[in-house]
Amino acid sequence: MATKASRAAARLMLAPAVILLLGWMLVPLTMTVIFSFKRYLPMRGGDLGWVGFENYVRFVNSSAFWPSVQATLMIVGGVLLITVVLGVALAILLDQPMWGQGIVRILVIAPFFVMPTVSALVWKNMFMDPVNGLFAHLWRFFGATPVSWLSEASMPSIILIVSWQWLPFATLILLTAIQSLDSEQLEAAEMDGAPPLSRFFFITLPHLARAITIVVLIQTIFLLAIFAEIFVTTQGAFGTRTLTYLIFQRVLESQNVGLGSAGGVYAIILANILALFLMRIVGKNLDR
Amino acid sequence: MARAVTTQRKIINTTVAWMVGLLIFFPILWTILTSFKTEATAIADPPVWFFFDWTLDNYRVVQARSDYSRFLWNSIIIAGGSTFLGMLIAIPAAWSMAFVPSKRTKDILLWMLSTKMLPAVGVLYPIYLIFIKFGLLDTRIGLTIVLMFINLPIMVWMLYTYFKEIPGEILEASRMDGAGLREEILYVLTPMAIPGIASTVLLNVILAWNEAFWTLNLTAAKAAPLTAFIASYSSPEGLFYAKLSAASTMAIAPILILGWFSQKQLVRGLTFGAVK
Repeated sequence: MATKASRAAARLMLAPAVILLLGWMLVPLTMTVIFSFKRYLPMRGGDLGWVGFENYVRFVNSSAFWPSVQATLMIVGGVLLITVVLGVALAILLDQPMWGQGIVRILVIAPFFVMPTVSALVWKNMFMDPVNGLFAHLWRFFGATPVSWLSEASMPSIILIVSWQWLPFATLILLTAIQSLDSEQLEAAEMDGAPPLSRFFFITLPHLARAITIVVLIQTIFLLAIFAEIFVTTQGAFGTRTLTYLIFQRVLESQNVGLGSAGGVYAIILANILALFLMRIVGKNLDR
Repeated sequence: MARAVTTQRKIINTTVAWMVGLLIFFPILWTILTSFKTEATAIADPPVWFFFDWTLDNYRVVQARSDYSRFLWNSIIIAGGSTFLGMLIAIPAAWSMAFVPSKRTKDILLWMLSTKMLPAVGVLYPIYLIFIKFGLLDTRIGLTIVLMFINLPIMVWMLYTYFKEIPGEILEASRMDGAGLREEILYVLTPMAIPGIASTVLLNVILAWNEAFWTLNLTAAKAAPLTAFIASYSSPEGLFYAKLSAASTMAIAPILILGWFSQKQLVRGLTFGAVK
């Protein structure tokens, strides 16, 4: 039983975290919301007064908006598809009995620890460079003309780079989930004559459903915010300007803070809708 | 009884898994190999694999040319400092929520998680303005504070899930034996909490080390950590693959090693305890 004194002490211990996080959230958020209703050009006159919802309307109506939504959806969707499908396959593979399991697991999860600027640059220069990249060497070896990946196939290239970074995350979580699967259930199904595919679809996959949902939600939140991968490869050119990158350009490059802030508010709303789903799952877990 | 696995099956598993593992690891392996080549060997066609004159020149050049040690030092201070500051705040918070839960504990935890979901780009300009106002732009202290805030929710969550696993009966027993709050914390709880604290520190150092939105946007020459140092290689200046590889290898090596120790904690930390 907690005493009255320990309750007071507990509140005191919790207070700094709550107050600081509240400030960290509310101060910048309030500023963004205020800016979004203003015409605010730091380099060209500064704060030019209230303009109502004009920034919100202009952000959505600008010619860059829909392509950026499309680019965002393609990257998030593409990476999710690749990492979840391959992640399930890899998790099942790594769960099989083999020699050197620990080492293979280390090899597979290593990309996750590579900082985003390094992985983007290594892929960009050493693999995708149309002259000296390994892919170019490979293409020439087979007599094909090397592809200038990041300009001619920019979207698949970015998706490849980001998938490589996030596949370990999906694999690791799905592997943890798969290891909690009761192997007797699978053996029973096998003895009853269930073929491998139906064992996968009726036992393994349903068991992984919750973990897959979590992978999808968490990755979506991080993928919506990817920045460095685009910053050091295409700088948003060749159709790879995502919503995040568009807002960054509006705010810091063209210094149109009002417009960028309206975009920021859209991004915040979008992230919060996703977060709501994630929190419902995580919250359920807290009750147990 | 577990089924006996045929040797043949195991050989196939092993072969396939190693091939896939090496394929995924290959970009890192290739970077490490290239870092020991000369610039000419680095772009040789057909590629040279293992049989070349191994050299450490690239490492020497990178260190000499670009004040590599300053970027490294910035990374260490920012990653270590933000983790340390964060733990000072997160440990008491997680502690009080795990051991003296109230009706609002769950709401507070979920709210903290929600601050982590805030897209950074949405608050880029306000933070930028605040940084200018307080002279924090391109300073290590500024970046340390921002990264602390970014990772604080993860720290609290991770610690909370660990502390929650310490059985309450032990506390009751120690109280029966006449331990006060101070003794209880010092001699009973702390030893049991140390593994959880250690893994939380580990994961947060990794996350802070690799953070690449704020570190790119809020630093210039002085406080730039390794993420920004590597990004400066993105404008090609002639032949530089070997040096890029050497710089990259140095930037990722410490975290690769730390990361391998923290595999399990990674799952718990990044799923907020939803998968253990």
